Amino acid sequence: MTSEEQLTMPIEVGQLIGRVEQHKQEGYRLVQIGCTKTGDVYEINYSFDKDFVFRNLRVTVTGETEVPSISGMYWGAFVYENEMHDLFGIQVKGMNIDFKGNFIRTSIKYPFGAAIPKGEKP
Amino acid sequence: MTKQIIIPFGPQHPVLPEPIHLDLVLEDEKVIEAIPSIGYIHRGFEKLVEKREFTEYVYVAERTCGICSFIHGLTYCQGIEEIMKVEVPERALFLRTIWSEYSRLHSHLLWLGCFADSFGFENLFMNAWRIRERILDVMEQTTGGRVIQGSCKIGGVRKDIIGEKLDQMSKDLDSIQQELEELTNVFLRDASIRHRLKNVGVLSRDDAYSCGAVGPTARGSGVSYDMRKTGYAAYGKLNLETVTESDGDCYARCTVRCRELFTSIDLIKQAIRKIPDGPVDVKVTGAPDGEYFARSEQPRGELVHYIKGNGTKFLVRSRIRTPTLTNIPPLVKMLQGCELADVPVIVLSIDPCISCTER
Amino acid sequence: MAFFEMAKTALRTVLQRPATIRYPAEPAKKTPLTRGHVIIDESRCISCGTCQRKCPSQAILLQKEEKTWQIDRFRCVVCNSCVDTCPVKCLTMDPQYTAPAVSCGVEIVTITYVKPVKTVDIGETPA
Repeated sequence: MTSEEQLTMPIEVGQLIGRVEQHKQEGYRLVQIGCTKTGDVYEINYSFDKDFVFRNLRVTVTGETEVPSISGMYWGAFVYENEMHDLFGIQVKGMNIDFKGNFIRTSIKYPFGAAIPKGEKP
Repeated sequence: MTKQIIIPFGPQHPVLPEPIHLDLVLEDEKVIEAIPSIGYIHRGFEKLVEKREFTEYVYVAERTCGICSFIHGLTYCQGIEEIMKVEVPERALFLRTIWSEYSRLHSHLLWLGCFADSFGFENLFMNAWRIRERILDVMEQTTGGRVIQGSCKIGGVRKDIIGEKLDQMSKDLDSIQQELEELTNVFLRDASIRHRLKNVGVLSRDDAYSCGAVGPTARGSGVSYDMRKTGYAAYGKLNLETVTESDGDCYARCTVRCRELFTSIDLIKQAIRKIPDGPVDVKVTGAPDGEYFARSEQPRGELVHYIKGNGTKFLVRSRIRTPTLTNIPPLVKMLQGCELADVPVIVLSIDPCISCTER
Repeated sequence: MAFFEMAKTALRTVLQRPATIRYPAEPAKKTPLTRGHVIIDESRCISCGTCQRKCPSQAILLQKEEKTWQIDRFRCVVCNSCVDTCPVKCLTMDPQYTAPAVSCGVEIVTITYVKPVKTVDIGETPA
């Protein structure tokens, strides 16, 4: 098995814009933004790639924290950020194309986020 | 200033195989802006990972997409194997490579057919799909499934291909190659097709890179980026040449896919020549504890499976980032400034697979 | 740049036999490995329930008291998982696809396996 080195750096929400800017300067490509719910907090992974070198920034937030959008630097980030908002209910501030919860229309609001109370309709 | 009008495109449209909706802001016949929206077929099965054992989730992962199903299963298995440090037998790796390339052949042929359909060349569409049928036959003979192969499992593969069958496959590929040459000639040389595709939906190299385009969409714009170069499965042992074109228009993307058909055939033949003997699977015990971003090259581009386990039989999270999702921002860029009549061709040129995108 | 690139192929296809099969009249293609539908040999099933646990789509239900094995053909994704894991190999994959049906429902099979008794007097081989 060819093992690929995957470096994950946990950072604070405040540092995010600066670190992403740094990656952009170094010529990294945005691979994906993904969210994982672990207990009560959400881990958001920002993955970058340059010449097959994989780097990962990890921000840990609670459901109420507003995350700044990185779509100013990576124009294509809006798909992931809208997805994150629609599925997990994470508030992202300043997206270049903000669908306001209509990118992925789900019958249950924020299905991957908080535990869904039974019988609740959106 | 000209009056702006908004035309909705999709979710139901004759050229779209799957539902995606675009709001096209038009000035006269020119598209000023396109706003995509998806979510018509969101199945939410990333959530299903909490209810299915990680060994059974292979079948679920494979059903992400009906076209590149094998590579989804393969990537998921690679992720788990990486976390659990499973050493997969050499023969299994080669078999995975062979099936991956067959998947690529069938997916590209399917796309060429749909693409021909999008610019109104029905006869070519039928011809592309007739050749695809031969690829699907081989898939069925070796794995038991036409599009959902189900032959990948954690620790190896479920089916072996006997030596004589491999030789026969190699021989069949020669005649398939001839048919493909005839087919791609039409795509690449016919005057009407060239006229329809040249300088339509141009995506510059910089835009392709900064918007995160992957796969043939990126390679058509000159970004030489192919995950197979990382050498997962048996790609590290094979001689692979990345196909790139520099024009960034629909014709370049079509050329990339046409040329990739022949690299795929070449890779399969190389793999058949080099395949070693031995077992095809190892027994896997325990449960994954850790996380990994498994990446591979799908026919549409780079695929990422993020897998996080906590040492139980149920994974915490499986996030599937499919290539079409990343190709939507480049698509929006391409559509800016194009003619309304070119929209169907441009949308099809990124090879949209919306079921994949929505998981 | 060329014109009528397609002409040669198109002309040849006119003269060839059709590439398609006249499906209901002629049977569909199948290979020995084709996954069509699961069948059970009810005389060998030991009611262990492995197939039910390993089914990713929860299509199989085994009721030990009533000695029945039931499968919902509309839930089954024909993944071959049950066939692979069955300890007594009483499940097999038939290459024939299931016939179209007009209503949903489950298929119930009564298990006829009788555990062989070891004593010589009353011992009898299972049917």
